Amino acid sequence: MPAPLLEMRQIVKTFGPLRANDRVDFEVQTGEIHALLGENGAGKTTLMNILYGLYQPDAGEIYWKGEKITLHSPRDAIRYRIGMIHQHLMLVPNFTVLENILVGLPSPREPFLPINETLARLEDFAAQYGLPIDPTVKVKQLPLGLQQRVEILKALFRGADLLILDEPTAVLSPLEVEEFFAVLKNLVGKGVSIIFISHKLDEVLRISDRITVLRQGRRIGTIETRHATQQILAEMMVGRAVALDYSFPKGGATQPILELKGISLIRPKVGRVLKDLNLTLHSGEILGIAGIDGNGQEELADVVCGLIPYTEGEMLLEGRPIRNPTPQKMKDCGLGYVPADRQSVGLVKNFSVAHNLVLKSLDDPPYNTYGFLREKVVRLNAQQVLREFDIRAADLLQPVGELSGGNQQKVILGRELQLAKRLLVAVHPTRGLDVGATESVHRFLYSQKEKGIGLLLISADLDELLALSDRIAVLFRGEILGVVPGETDSLPAISRMMLGERLEAIV
Amino acid sequence: MNEFLWLPFLVSLLAAGVRLATPLLFAALGGITNELSGVLNIGLEGMMIGGTFGAYIGALLSGSEWGGALGGMLAGGLLGLLFAYLSITWRADQVVLGTGLNLFALGLTSFFFRSMYKAGISQFVPSFDVWNVPLLSDIPLIGQIFFRQVPLVYLAYLLIPLFSFLLYKTTWGLKLRCCGEHPRAAETVGVNVTRMRYLALILSGMLAGLGGTFLSLGQISAFTEGLVSGRGFIALAAIIFGRWKPLNVAFACLLFGVADALQLRLQGFGLPIRYEFLLMFPYLLTLVTFVVFVNRGDSPAALGKPYPEK
Repeated sequence: MPAPLLEMRQIVKTFGPLRANDRVDFEVQTGEIHALLGENGAGKTTLMNILYGLYQPDAGEIYWKGEKITLHSPRDAIRYRIGMIHQHLMLVPNFTVLENILVGLPSPREPFLPINETLARLEDFAAQYGLPIDPTVKVKQLPLGLQQRVEILKALFRGADLLILDEPTAVLSPLEVEEFFAVLKNLVGKGVSIIFISHKLDEVLRISDRITVLRQGRRIGTIETRHATQQILAEMMVGRAVALDYSFPKGGATQPILELKGISLIRPKVGRVLKDLNLTLHSGEILGIAGIDGNGQEELADVVCGLIPYTEGEMLLEGRPIRNPTPQKMKDCGLGYVPADRQSVGLVKNFSVAHNLVLKSLDDPPYNTYGFLREKVVRLNAQQVLREFDIRAADLLQPVGELSGGNQQKVILGRELQLAKRLLVAVHPTRGLDVGATESVHRFLYSQKEKGIGLLLISADLDELLALSDRIAVLFRGEILGVVPGETDSLPAISRMMLGERLEAIV
Repeated sequence: MNEFLWLPFLVSLLAAGVRLATPLLFAALGGITNELSGVLNIGLEGMMIGGTFGAYIGALLSGSEWGGALGGMLAGGLLGLLFAYLSITWRADQVVLGTGLNLFALGLTSFFFRSMYKAGISQFVPSFDVWNVPLLSDIPLIGQIFFRQVPLVYLAYLLIPLFSFLLYKTTWGLKLRCCGEHPRAAETVGVNVTRMRYLALILSGMLAGLGGTFLSLGQISAFTEGLVSGRGFIALAAIIFGRWKPLNVAFACLLFGVADALQLRLQGFGLPIRYEFLLMFPYLLTLVTFVVFVNRGDSPAALGKPYPEK
């Protein structure tokens, strides 16, 4: 076997108490697509940021083309011909495609920008790698798929023998993913080696030659893709038989509580993000919403919670229309909301646990009398919630931002479940949480159903949806393509609807 | 009113406008540079103040007005370095820091000045004389307005295209603007954001110092307190008005300069308005500019945000 192109040995990186990388070994052979697989927070991005010189490892060695190297900054990585496409694209929206590619490149005619040379090279590249692009257009006017293409061109322009792709498909539609995979194959054909970071099993199985799995900062193992199955990989990722080996009893739905009739949402410049939605949620029911991220899920949640006024249609609560819903009005209707982004939407990170727990009840008794906040009652409430939800905080007044993700989510649940008298909307409620926290969040959500509350569960995690939901509706480009029972047998239909097929066409 | 001579009035008004616009332009070009790199520099005023005093000391020590210009740039540059150290290395809030720097420069120059001259009156030092540009100054009207000025004005003319080129046509300028738009992206292509912003602030301070030099050595030949009196803020308004493009900003400075010249002349007309109201005119224009243009949304995206974010 030839010497690997890249070898990372015993890499350690800690952030405060967190061991993001714990003696990780990783290697890439020339000409392969090597997938780096793991759940959120498994340490994939940290490892790659070390390889790109953005972080310095606490311990460990990096060998590049057989030589030991030290990477102090991305400049060093670029010099060694290592390129990286970050999960959050590193493009300036106000610059043109050309300017984004040019920035930081040395010029043969300093201090002048090598505009004409670059345009010519860009045409070469476009033809050679199958990456056509209009260099004069501003990046902010491009769809995400094309923006990513600009990033790839940017890396290729700097010369890349190794390309690191951090969750490149997260922002792409299924069609764009196909195109993207074709581009990757093409790149490998031209001698570029690729590290493909993902947490999506099917994609990893399709595109890679080898797979290395990380879990909680440790390397679990590396296997050849042709020997791998979803089952094996899932076991390696989460460390047990399947992602979710439990399911909750279904049924128990009673009368309709929330009805959406022909709800549409048109956003300026974006267009129709929700199209003629008809949905009925019953008391004691969990209605799951599946779909690839960015197909209108978060907009749907915002509409139901009154955060965005919908453009057309009608929303009924227990048969009565709600006119001009606002967050306040929906809260007063007995709606609880677990938002997708707990860090910036759900919590005020610098506020204490106790105050975050009453954030939505600051004007209401018993926390407020004659405009004064009754701290004692606030703390009493916090004590009770901490016990009930098993929230691990140093004390009631600890800033909520210092808690772990799982405990933060429990703070939100502790607040919202008090408010959820009739309805609960939860968006990606377990995203980024570890297995233990995920299980307890699921139990809390399910307990709401048992209390007769109607629950709208929006998630990208199909296992989660199948375990909890009575019914599952699939959103695709703002449209509901079908509603199926929440059981494993529905999985093939759900997958096909997520890619844009209508239920009628499948059955 | 018939015998009022409009043409000579207009020519002298515009010539004075060009003169009064020059210190604004120096400071504004500096301000464009640091703002495009992502740093909001409210301290432009203080750097100009430092410049007025540094120029005075420089001229006093060297016996030459150009030595004075050097002193002005040095003083401004040092204040720029201080601003950079506190805002970049120590991540101080840029608005608070800028305000503090303005007060600091005001107090420090007053302190030095008063400990040098108990009576509070400075000596006269060598200053810039009007130098008519051969040929160009003979052009009717244009020559009288633009080419019968002190040499610093001509330097300002040259800096406009130079900065247009530097900021918008060079590899360095592109890297600088990338720091102001998306510093992390700049870092991932190998740009040292910290160094870039330090450089921009020092350069900005030197230019503001040159603007201060113009006030003490280009208009009078001495130092007094309150020479700058808000011109740093007017320069900030001109930057926003001119959308960070040197040529447009130069026109904005000219507009403010002419407004200033106009109010000075109106004071002499014996209009039935108290002169204090006329004095307000350029500042009112500044205020309106801020209100109308500040939220146009094409300011550098990372303006005012320390990097790395956290």
